[in-house]
Amino acid sequence: MTLEVRDLAYAYPDGTQALFGVDLRIARGERVALLGPNGAGKTTLVMHLNGILTAGHGTVRVAGLEVGKETLREIRRRVGLVFQDPDDQLFMPTVREDVAFGPANMGVRGEELDRRVRDALDRVGMLDAIDRPPHHLSFGQRRRVAVATVLAMDPEILVLDEPSSNLDPASRRELAQILRSLDVTVLMVTHDLPYALELCERSLILSGGVIAADGPTRELLADESLLTTHRLELPYGFAVPSPGT
Amino acid sequence: MHVPDGFFTASVSIGAAVVAAAGVGVALRNAKQELDDRTAPMAGLVAAFVFAVQMLNFPVAAGTSGHLLGGALAAILVGPYTAVLCIAVVLLVQGFFFADGGLTALGINITLMGIVTAAVAWGVFRLIVRAAPNRGAVVIGSFVAALVSVPVSALVFAVLFAIGGTAPIDAGAVAAAMGGVHVLIGIGEGLITAVTVSSVLAVRPDLVYGARGLARPLVLRTAEGEQVVAPQQQPAEPKPLRPFLVGAGVVSLLLAGIVSFFASSSPDGLEKVAEDKGFLGQAADHLFGGFALADYGDVGGIPVGVAGVLGVLITLAVGLGIGYLVRRKQKVAS
Amino acid sequence: MGAGHHHQLYRAGDTLVHRLPPQCKLVAVAAFAIVVVATPRERFWAFCGYLLLLATVAAIARVPPGHVLRRMVVELPFVLFAFAIPVIGLGERITVWGVSLSVDGLWASWNILAKATLGVIASILLAATTEPRGMLLGAQRLRMPQLLVQIATFMLRYLDVVLDSMRRMRVARESRGFQARDIRQAPILAKSAGALFIRSYERGERVHLAMLSRGYTGSMPILHDISADVRQWLAAGALPLAAAAVLFLT
Repeated sequence: MTLEVRDLAYAYPDGTQALFGVDLRIARGERVALLGPNGAGKTTLVMHLNGILTAGHGTVRVAGLEVGKETLREIRRRVGLVFQDPDDQLFMPTVREDVAFGPANMGVRGEELDRRVRDALDRVGMLDAIDRPPHHLSFGQRRRVAVATVLAMDPEILVLDEPSSNLDPASRRELAQILRSLDVTVLMVTHDLPYALELCERSLILSGGVIAADGPTRELLADESLLTTHRLELPYGFAVPSPGT
Repeated sequence: MHVPDGFFTASVSIGAAVVAAAGVGVALRNAKQELDDRTAPMAGLVAAFVFAVQMLNFPVAAGTSGHLLGGALAAILVGPYTAVLCIAVVLLVQGFFFADGGLTALGINITLMGIVTAAVAWGVFRLIVRAAPNRGAVVIGSFVAALVSVPVSALVFAVLFAIGGTAPIDAGAVAAAMGGVHVLIGIGEGLITAVTVSSVLAVRPDLVYGARGLARPLVLRTAEGEQVVAPQQQPAEPKPLRPFLVGAGVVSLLLAGIVSFFASSSPDGLEKVAEDKGFLGQAADHLFGGFALADYGDVGGIPVGVAGVLGVLITLAVGLGIGYLVRRKQKVAS
Repeated sequence: MGAGHHHQLYRAGDTLVHRLPPQCKLVAVAAFAIVVVATPRERFWAFCGYLLLLATVAAIARVPPGHVLRRMVVELPFVLFAFAIPVIGLGERITVWGVSLSVDGLWASWNILAKATLGVIASILLAATTEPRGMLLGAQRLRMPQLLVQIATFMLRYLDVVLDSMRRMRVARESRGFQARDIRQAPILAKSAGALFIRSYERGERVHLAMLSRGYTGSMPILHDISADVRQWLAAGALPLAAAAVLFLT
């Protein structure tokens, strides 16, 4: 089991509660979408996966290792988090230094570091931009570099927060191709339902701070009343036929 | 007001540099206890913020304008020690990157705008908040603390100027002018500080160091039902006030002592060494030519060392007096 | 990210001055400033010599005079103050063009102007030839406490963010007819400051989270070494040494 979350509850310091007991399990090699409306607690849940937020109650395990103060370093290597806004993720002067930041923090140096950086950039098709400053790249390119910064750390699981937001259709398709080509476990947090359908066999619906549904993406998206209850909507003119009909 | 090179004599600059280094050293030791792993990013942000807001000039009166010093705001948001570090970094960056404020005057600038403002502001702020530990007091405390910190810093400037300014201007006139203008600037500073603190308090109370310990207990609701849980990371109650005040007092007295020592008209340490060693021969007199201006040997018949210490004591008394008055008023009101 | 304020300070180039390790330049500029401040104000020719030295450095580094002059605006408030000193100064007075001025005040004015100007030019040249990041690495090499280096690193990282939001908020304010005229406008500016803080904090927090999730533990990994050899120290030391020579020769 790559990721295992049990009974996770959390409230922010100002008293607002975001998670009310989340349970979920993801096996190695799965690509899973975490769906939910704004304010469902998706981002809060993601922050727990690599120990940025500490569980108020319950546990998070990554490949058997429980998230806690002592395991933080290892956990952060295993869980690769791609943030919604690539500008938050890219903070070094050049793409090369940015991709090197993670592995360098893990103590990788010299040739091995260079190999990892090139390899990661190659996997997202951004090797040509290696010496450019991130802020000179297009938004879609920056998001791909952001994925590379995480891939360079060789994670067990890749967690993407709204990967398709603000992308034009072409960049959106390119990113989908890249994600499909990667051989890692993926948890994709989104409210872009067609994107989830395209990339993930399985989906979870997070609503009101608990997992409200778990099943094949096609089945969940075909259940109109389920979607309506949890403020999820397919785009205009888009319908998923119920399986078996 | 960023002091440039050549504004103070070499002796005062060196004295203030020693004080600034000592102050930053103390702050480094203590800052680690104030904040968790967010220390550096949060402090960096506050520094960037202070830097940016210092560019927001607000008009004071008749053509003059003032800008935020930021020491009070920093002290309340990240704690007094981290605040000293923030302001020191702002001044270092301004000096080295932006040529704003002389490099040889860094000690003076850090002492005036970092150490003095943060110490005074934190002292006043804690007095008020301790009297009435609620959010209203935090905001009022921010206002008063910032308001007091600016003219006090200006008065310390005036004291330094009387000891070792290179311009032949009546020290009393400087004190009056600086004090007057900076009371007005202080009002602006107080407003900006109080509004900033209150808006942060409304949205992210966890970010206001000065309001720690005022957080409500958390309620966790799991699927099985409701459960009241104590917050996992109970923020530490701010440290008791007394040691801080004593420390601030000692630093201020040290400041007055060291600086006046360097600048007293009798041959002082540096000059004496230079003479004894025949150091640079005749040139020594010129190299430290600034000492000639240490002829402000006394201010109105009081030896400078005493004058300096007196100045600090008066300043402290004023600060404490205001704090006390506010506290009484709060007590009457509640 | 917008046009970063501090990027304009640095002028990219590949000259002797640009190539010097930052720590050498930091020490050289600080030493130069100390020599300047220690110079007695009567030594008029020494100050001319210093100016010539700085002009030489600027020429080697190919920093155009226009760049230096534009950046010297920071000095303006003190220039105004310096001009006031002779008028309000004490002591013996002379009359120049019908205005009574203090002799000592004139000297003081000259002293402050000369020293402050030289200091400002030296800092401008330093910033023009050294990338902000290089300057921080240099400070790190000079054993500046780790915590201070980190705060400065984050400060520079966030400065763009803060200034950018500040610019956008000002545009929003002014496009609705706001003008800062006197103290009554302070509350509005103060509210802007509060909003600015929260906006930039939340941005900064996300950046920090991104750093944490890639294993950041409090210090930036140093990827390339910037150690300096004796030759480089000597090259950088040429400025303060020449200045000291000027001081003793004049």
